Amino acid sequence: MKLHEYQAKQVFADAGIPTPGSALATSADEVVEVADDLGYPVAVKAQVHVGGRGKAGGIKLVDDAEEAREAADSILGMDLKGYTVGKVLVEEAVDFTNELYVGVTMDRGEGEPVAMVSEQGGVNIEEVAEEDPDAIAREHIDPAFGMHPYQARKVVYEADIPRDVAGDVASILTTLYDLYEAKDGSDIEINPLMVTSDGDVVAADAVMNVDDDALFRHPDLAEMEDEAAGDDLEAKANEYGFDYVRLDGNVGIIGNGAGLVMTTLDLVDYYGGKPANFLDIGGGAKAERVTNALDMVFSDENVDSVVFNIFGGITRGDEVAKGINAALEQFDEIPKPVVVRLAGTNAAEGREILNADLVTVEETLEGAVQRAVEYANTEAEQ
Amino acid sequence: MSILVDDDTRVVVQGITGGEGKFHAEQMIDYGTNVVAGAVPGKGGQEVAGVPVYDTVDAAVEEEDADASVVFVPPAFAADAVFEGLDTDLDLVVAITEGIPTQDMAKVNKRLSEVDTRLLGPNCPGIITPGESKLGILPGNIFESGNVGLVSRSGTLTYQVVDSLTSRGIGQTTAIGIGGDPIIGTDFIDALELFEADPDTHAVVMCGEIGGEDEEDAAEFIAQNMDTPVAGFIAGRTAPPGKRMGHAGAIVSGSGTGTAESKINALNDAGVPVGDTPEEVADDIEDLL
Repeated sequence: MKLHEYQAKQVFADAGIPTPGSALATSADEVVEVADDLGYPVAVKAQVHVGGRGKAGGIKLVDDAEEAREAADSILGMDLKGYTVGKVLVEEAVDFTNELYVGVTMDRGEGEPVAMVSEQGGVNIEEVAEEDPDAIAREHIDPAFGMHPYQARKVVYEADIPRDVAGDVASILTTLYDLYEAKDGSDIEINPLMVTSDGDVVAADAVMNVDDDALFRHPDLAEMEDEAAGDDLEAKANEYGFDYVRLDGNVGIIGNGAGLVMTTLDLVDYYGGKPANFLDIGGGAKAERVTNALDMVFSDENVDSVVFNIFGGITRGDEVAKGINAALEQFDEIPKPVVVRLAGTNAAEGREILNADLVTVEETLEGAVQRAVEYANTEAEQ
Repeated sequence: MSILVDDDTRVVVQGITGGEGKFHAEQMIDYGTNVVAGAVPGKGGQEVAGVPVYDTVDAAVEEEDADASVVFVPPAFAADAVFEGLDTDLDLVVAITEGIPTQDMAKVNKRLSEVDTRLLGPNCPGIITPGESKLGILPGNIFESGNVGLVSRSGTLTYQVVDSLTSRGIGQTTAIGIGGDPIIGTDFIDALELFEADPDTHAVVMCGEIGGEDEEDAAEFIAQNMDTPVAGFIAGRTAPPGKRMGHAGAIVSGSGTGTAESKINALNDAGVPVGDTPEEVADDIEDLL
């Protein structure tokens, strides 16, 4: 789960990390009011989960009320890479001399968190990592031992952070790691961490991503999840408890197990089609889950055909087939052709049970995918 | 022959009194697995699926001489259950649970470096030596005893490939699901090393997927250390960057690491054929045997 900048900044500020004065606004009047209070210049920043907001026109620096209103009018309601901007953060502009980077993330290869500091903040840190890896100092942290101040100092000195702010930066990094640990962060970073002309350090941006699997122990953070900001279908999938990713093709895909569903997507592409989505229905295939899955896929107006690929393991193929029939019988009309492929335990019995008036039954995965691609291409031509 | 589990493996089921634990304990026993006990705090003295339940894994090991455990414990308590298993004389702990917080697993990972017990998983289907023993949730009936080893990050994808092999009369020595999480116990290299040392394993199927760099590391290991031929498959060629594809570990990072392309290239460079479809993987294995 991703926190918005304003949410992450609140968490950081509560932990004692200095942030610029700011407030959230949802209308042009509010933006001007907040900006007048803060004093100009201010930054007006779109609050959406999209990288590269600045370049896309989602961040504007303004010097007076008129400019603030103009910025608000252009940013509020704008479409940023598919997300509509409903909220902006209005924030004091920082007069800075230097932009730094501090962050904590999980190094999955090592199975350990890693704390990172760079003197080259303000730009995409992944680009820095690629072009000049030595520009980022790293310190792996033993998760059982935790991060100690000496480690924070070590990585800060290694990164050649200006001496007059090194102590402050090390202290912010320690706080950041404590947050990472206490809040089950997956990525947490400040980029840029600005050094002001007065020699202070201020978190000018804030990224905080939280491990979805740990949200059960952070109800306060779970509450911040902003479903309306995402894709409607992805929000619906959340509700149904499916792993779902929307793509831009026209062949809907439903299957069980992440690896097999990914493989089905790949095969659709391999046979000349375009996958519309990833949908993992999980173990079993009770009628209700099948109904919900079909409802999801049919709700995507781009979908021209559906391939349903279930490998019956412990759940037997005949049970899966009954679930699929029951689900399909609930539709007055099947809106798009559905191809079903059942394999595994009792698959042959399952195929017998499937209602051939409602679906096309295929024996092999390759055959089912090819058939679905064919249907989609025909539908798309009409 | 086989690796890690066989007829003699004595299994304790952690979480045997829960719905999943009980169901799969019965399935394992039906398959012929030597399940000797259950372990659930506060449930000691009961009997479930025909085996005695103990309050602690330690007691189950002591009383029933168990040497492996399977963990069916909900995510919030699973890391604790794994720690408990690792802190005994068990040889192997298999964690089936999906959804264990990553930072819990980082701590487990640290502990693994301090103990002799091996961990398989989490978020995995388990391990099976066909005709002898299965620890986990794999459907036993699709497997057949034979001479191909299998290691995979995904459950149903493994079944798909096994089904193709079995239907061609190609059986398996042992099949291992290493799990779809970013931090896991036994990894590809560990499994490949065990298969390489097993004289009855004549070829190995390795099913990887997007995310991380384990497949690239495994490719290097294969090139340098393996005589046993390997056929590969990589799922997630069409996955967009930044989206988690079901498994917590199946994600191409924003900067483009963890792509299927990088993994396929690494495997090809190591001389490993990578099928475009699961059927092609079975073709490759036929050629390699």
